[in-house]
Amino acid sequence: MSTPASHLTVSELRERIARLEGHGRRAKSVLPFGIIDLDTRLPGGGLALGALHEVAGGGNGAVDGAAAALFAAGVAARTKGKVLWCITRPDLFAPALAQAGLAPARAIYVEAGDDKTVLACMEEGLRHGGLGAVVAEVGRLTMTASRRLQLAAEGKSTIGIALRRWRRQTEAADFGQPTAAMTRWRVSVLPSTPLPVPGVGRHRWLVELIRARAGESADFELEACDDTGRLALPADLVHRPAAAEGWRRGASA
Amino acid sequence: MLAADAAAHAAGLRVGMPVAKAQIIVPALIIKDADPAADVDALDRLALWILQRFAPIVAADPPDGIVIDSTGADHLHGGELAMLDALIGRLAMSGVAARAAIADSWGAAHALARYVARPTFIAPPGHGASAIAQLPLEALRLPAAISGDLRVLGFEHVHDIRAQPRAPLILRFGPELGRRLDQALGQDAEPIEPIRPPDLVEVRRAFAEPIGAAETIARYVGKLVIDLCAALEDKGLGARRLDLLCRRVDNRMQAVRVGTAQPVRDNKRLTRLICDRIETIDPGFGIEAMTLAATIAEPLVRRQLMSSLVEETAPDISDLVDTLANRVGERAIYRIAPVSSDVPERSVCRIPAMAPDSDATWPNHWPRPARLLARPEPIETVALLPDHPPVSFTWRGIRRRVKRADGPERVFGEWWKRDAELAAVRDYFRIEDDAGERYWVYRSGDGEDASTGSHRWYLHGVFG
Repeated sequence: MSTPASHLTVSELRERIARLEGHGRRAKSVLPFGIIDLDTRLPGGGLALGALHEVAGGGNGAVDGAAAALFAAGVAARTKGKVLWCITRPDLFAPALAQAGLAPARAIYVEAGDDKTVLACMEEGLRHGGLGAVVAEVGRLTMTASRRLQLAAEGKSTIGIALRRWRRQTEAADFGQPTAAMTRWRVSVLPSTPLPVPGVGRHRWLVELIRARAGESADFELEACDDTGRLALPADLVHRPAAAEGWRRGASA
Repeated sequence: MLAADAAAHAAGLRVGMPVAKAQIIVPALIIKDADPAADVDALDRLALWILQRFAPIVAADPPDGIVIDSTGADHLHGGELAMLDALIGRLAMSGVAARAAIADSWGAAHALARYVARPTFIAPPGHGASAIAQLPLEALRLPAAISGDLRVLGFEHVHDIRAQPRAPLILRFGPELGRRLDQALGQDAEPIEPIRPPDLVEVRRAFAEPIGAAETIARYVGKLVIDLCAALEDKGLGARRLDLLCRRVDNRMQAVRVGTAQPVRDNKRLTRLICDRIETIDPGFGIEAMTLAATIAEPLVRRQLMSSLVEETAPDISDLVDTLANRVGERAIYRIAPVSSDVPERSVCRIPAMAPDSDATWPNHWPRPARLLARPEPIETVALLPDHPPVSFTWRGIRRRVKRADGPERVFGEWWKRDAELAAVRDYFRIEDDAGERYWVYRSGDGEDASTGSHRWYLHGVFG
């Protein structure tokens, strides 16, 4: 029963739904990762600007949040403008962020006493609209709070990243609660790229896209950020069988 | 002899001693005539300086004190303790030895500062009479005759007088005693008359009917800000610190203080900064007058904005920095700048968020961990000396096998900072265990020479 009139209505409805879901994004309003496998899984071809994204660490990273912080720093380094980083515990080491591409002149740190103030500062930063990215280290993120943040970010070109970080491993189950974030990531550490000589190669991460709005979940094994903040697909090295315990010969040779 | 400091006390000089006696005790004494008028002037100048830097309601409390009402201003310094420490420290840097105390009432704070503070003291809020009960009588600011008579009668401490029925004491000594006691306990109001610098830019508005609702206060704040900005524009100034003083019907003042990082003359921005803190104002029975003053005003430099057709301009985030600084305190918002030091915990320092950008960055020879522990935690390891990384280590009770390692990176102690670091050495290793967790550990000592360190291993950071 495909009369032209009903075709028109159906396509109109489709367009309205796509607009409501946020599909019709212009190419300028996403931040692509540069890895084709990863970008095709994300709606729009990259991380949406003007939206809230969540990143958490897996395993021990849920408490120390080191890999997640570098992942967020890599994303923030590729945006334009200053970056606001809201923290409760001042244990971030800035030279590591500089090695991930986030220059020290670009990052402004706000140290708040509790989660509520951190979220309020993140909202202020998103609403301002002149920053490149806002990263906030929070433990609890409720649905209402995340919806407020998403609304504050809408229409601007700032990326909001909620870095989930808990005090105890048992609280990390909180990551299962639904929130209004556009995408949800979990970054866990993996053994580094094997080298034919003793030493530690480029760090590797298991990056899981747990939830993407209007997209499917997936996971990838990627190499950690280089000094421009870009991730990379691991190249498989020829696996040479090394002598047993050969690394004992001294790491510095 | 009108005043004696610690050095004078050590030499044996006391307040009230005649000059001749002092000259005998200290032979090479330099004598100058006392100048009480100049002392009062100096106290006023100090009060003005405190007004600019610390709190909006300040008055001189002669002969040797200053009284400050710090509600509404301690958030800018990060709390009462931080504010007192900063005040005493700043005065000490200028060579003024001071003591400070915070309490609920002027009388109690006066007593605590002179008899308890070493050099600061903060009485818990709502302390009532317990904070001053054990202090001697002179702490109540009584005239010398009255306190002398009370001592003759056998009263020594404040709680002795409090325990007595009030009426016979007043009959004998007059109403002054009762008034001072009530002021110290906080039951009598003692309004502070704030000091005003002569060329202050301020605007006032008095209301026919006392106002109390938050929306009304916000509306009048907006009107006052417009008037103040017009007054600042006449002088070519921008405001860096604003004080809103509300005089209530019962003659108490409520104050709100906001600060900005650069001089500002924008109506909306200033109104928003003040209205963010309106809920800290307690209107009581009503506010009958509001005064808005620009306590610190600096010349506002006009800058030409580049046209956006030519080049991308960096957006101005100073208003965001101001809003956040007024919410969490000026010290809690900062940038990090590199310091040229090999020792990792000394290689970073905090600078103000609006400091000019610079391209300086850390040297990129070795990878650095994303999280650095505040104190390196000791770990037990099995490692070959002198330059092998550990084979396994135990941290926080969990034993891990090391699969891969890199290092050592040798960091020498900074002998010019501390003598103990003359020969000290740290050998840093980046180690990875079976699961892929990467840590930054170091051995204090070079593995050969016992004088370079204790040869114990510590975990300093976690890599991502």
